[in-house]
Amino acid sequence: MIPASLLLLLLIGGPAFASPPSPPEGIRVLDTPNDAGKSLSLVWKASSSDRKDRSVQVWVAESPQAAFQKVAEFPSNSRYVKIGDFPWWAQPAGKGDHYFKLSSSQAFPIDNGKPYAVKLLIRESGQEVWSEAAEGVAAPDYFNSSQVNNLVFVLAFTGVLLASIAAARRNPHVYLRRIAGLDAVEEAIGRSTEMGRPILYLTGSGGMSDVSTIAATVILGQVAKKVAHYETTLKVPHRDPIVMAVCQEIVKEAYVEAGRPDAFKEDANFFITDDQFSYTAAVDGIMLREKPAANFFMGSYFAESLLLTETGAGTGAIQIAGTDSDHQLPFFVTTCDYTLIGEELYAASAYLSREPVLVGTLRGQDFSKAFIMGVLVVGTVLATTGVMLQTDAFNYLLDLFRDFK
Amino acid sequence: MIFLKRQLPLAITFVMGVAFALQYYIPHPVSEEAITKVSDWMKIISGFALVLGIASVFHVHAVKIRRQAPGWGYSGVLFAAIVVTMVVGFWSGGESKVDGGQTSFGWLYDYTMVPLQGTMFSILAFFIASAAYRAFRARSREASVLLAAAVVVMMGRVPLGQFLLPWTWDITQWLMNVLNSAVRRAILIGVSMGSVALSLKIILGKERSYLGGGKDQ
Repeated sequence: MIPASLLLLLLIGGPAFASPPSPPEGIRVLDTPNDAGKSLSLVWKASSSDRKDRSVQVWVAESPQAAFQKVAEFPSNSRYVKIGDFPWWAQPAGKGDHYFKLSSSQAFPIDNGKPYAVKLLIRESGQEVWSEAAEGVAAPDYFNSSQVNNLVFVLAFTGVLLASIAAARRNPHVYLRRIAGLDAVEEAIGRSTEMGRPILYLTGSGGMSDVSTIAATVILGQVAKKVAHYETTLKVPHRDPIVMAVCQEIVKEAYVEAGRPDAFKEDANFFITDDQFSYTAAVDGIMLREKPAANFFMGSYFAESLLLTETGAGTGAIQIAGTDSDHQLPFFVTTCDYTLIGEELYAASAYLSREPVLVGTLRGQDFSKAFIMGVLVVGTVLATTGVMLQTDAFNYLLDLFRDFK
Repeated sequence: MIFLKRQLPLAITFVMGVAFALQYYIPHPVSEEAITKVSDWMKIISGFALVLGIASVFHVHAVKIRRQAPGWGYSGVLFAAIVVTMVVGFWSGGESKVDGGQTSFGWLYDYTMVPLQGTMFSILAFFIASAAYRAFRARSREASVLLAAAVVVMMGRVPLGQFLLPWTWDITQWLMNVLNSAVRRAILIGVSMGSVALSLKIILGKERSYLGGGKDQ
C-alpha cells in the first residue's frame, strides 16, 4: 500500500521533483568594444537546452554584495552572435555564443571606470537557477577597430589618387570620355551672348559643407571664366549666404583670370531666401521675367528641381543640370537638354579645366572603381559558394569588405 | 596677404579635414564633443552670414526700385512684407503661440506663408504631368522602352491596375528591385567615389578653386 501511494505521489508531483535547469556556462562581462563607453557586454556559451520557453533574465548590481536589479528578459534561444555582427579581427564572442549589450539607462545608469556585477537567472517550467556573478568595467575607446578595414581602404584610395596625380603631371595626355553636357557649356554661353540674354546659374540647395555644392561652385568658376570672355550677364541666386560669399569670390577671381575684371558685377551673386519654395518661386519669377537663354542647375536638389527646370523649359532656355541627388535625376533628365549624372558633376571641373592634377584624380577614381567591381564579382561568387557548401571559410575574406559600425 | 588668402585657409582646411575624417574612427566621447562644438561654431557663423544675405536682398531690391527695373513693384511688395512681418513679429515677441492661443505672428505665418508654400508645392503635380508627357512621347526606341516600363510600373502600383492586370505586379517588382536598384547603386557608387575624391583633393590642397580662382597646383 505504501509503495503504491509513493508512486502516485511521484506521478502527481512529478514537476515539483524535476531537475532544475542547468545554469549558463562561461559567463563573462566585458567592456563593450569600440564604443563611447557607458555600456557592458555580456557573453555566455550557448546550451543544448536553449529554447523559446526557457527564459534568461539579466540582473545587474554595483557590486556582487549589493542588491541586484533586473534589466532584461528574453528567450534563451535568442541573442546569438551571428555572421556579420562583428568582424573576425574584433570579435568579443565566438560565433554561436550568446551576446547581450547592456547600455546605460535611466533604470540602471552605467558609469565609466566603475565595476559592475552581472548575473543571469534561467527560468524554465517554474524552476529557476542563478549563474555565478561576473564583473566588468565600462570604458570609452579611442579607436573603432571594427572599422580598420575602412581606414585601410581610405588610405589606399588616397595613395592611388596621389599616384595618379603624379602620373598625370608626368604625362598630361589623359584620355577623357566625352561628356555632352559639359561640351554644351560653351554652346549655351554663346547662345546667351547672341540672344543678349542672361545666364542663370544655381548651386543647389546644399550648404558649403556639402561636397556637391563645392563641386557646383568649382564649375561656376569655369563657367564664369567663359562668361567673362563673352561679356554676357551672369546671375547666381543663392539660398545660403555662406555659399553666396564664396561664389562672389570665385566669380570675381574668374573675371580677373579672364582678363576682364572691369566686367565683374558685384550683384551677379545675390541672396534670395533659405526657404525652399520661396526660393523656387523667386527663381521661377526671374526665369519668366528675364528669360535667361541658359540655365545651369548644379549641386543637390529636392522637390524644387522639377518646379525650376519645367519653368526653365517653358521659357525655351538651354538647360544643363548636374546633380548627385539620384531621386531627382529623372526630373532633370526629362526637362533639361543635358544632365550630368552623379559622378559627372565631380568630374566637371577636371573636364572643363583640363588641369593635369584634376584629370589625374579621375584616373585614380577609375582604378578604384575597377577594384570595387572586382570585389563585387569575387564577393558574390564567394558568398554564394559559401552558402552552397555551408561553410564560413570565406567570411574571413568577405569581412574585409563589410561595413561594421 | 597671400598667406591670409591662400596658405592659412589651406592649412585650416587640411587640419580640420584630417581631424574630422579621423573623428569617424574615434568612438570616444571627446570626438563626439568636438563635432558638437564645431556644429555650434557653424551655427554662429551662419548667424553672421545671414547678415550678408539680408544686406544682399536689400541691395538688389533697392537698386531695382531706384532704377525702376522691370518688375520693380515686386521689390516694393518684398520690402512691405519684410516690414510688416518684422513689426508683427516684435509685437508678438517672436512667438507664434502664447498660452495655447495664436499670436498675430502665428496667424501671419499660418495664413500667408503656409498657403503660399502649399501652392508652390501643389504646382508640382501639374509639372509632373507635363514633364511626363514630354518624356513618354515615343519618339525613339529608348523613349518607347521608357514608356512601356512606365505604363507597367504605374499599373503594378495602383489597386485598379493590379485588379485588371495582375501580372503587372510581378514585373513591377522585378523592374524596381533588379533594374532600378542596380542602376541606382551604380550611380551611388560613382557619386561616393567622386565625393570622396573631391573631399581628398580639397583636404590635400589639390583643389583650390573654391577659395576663389587661381590655378590648381
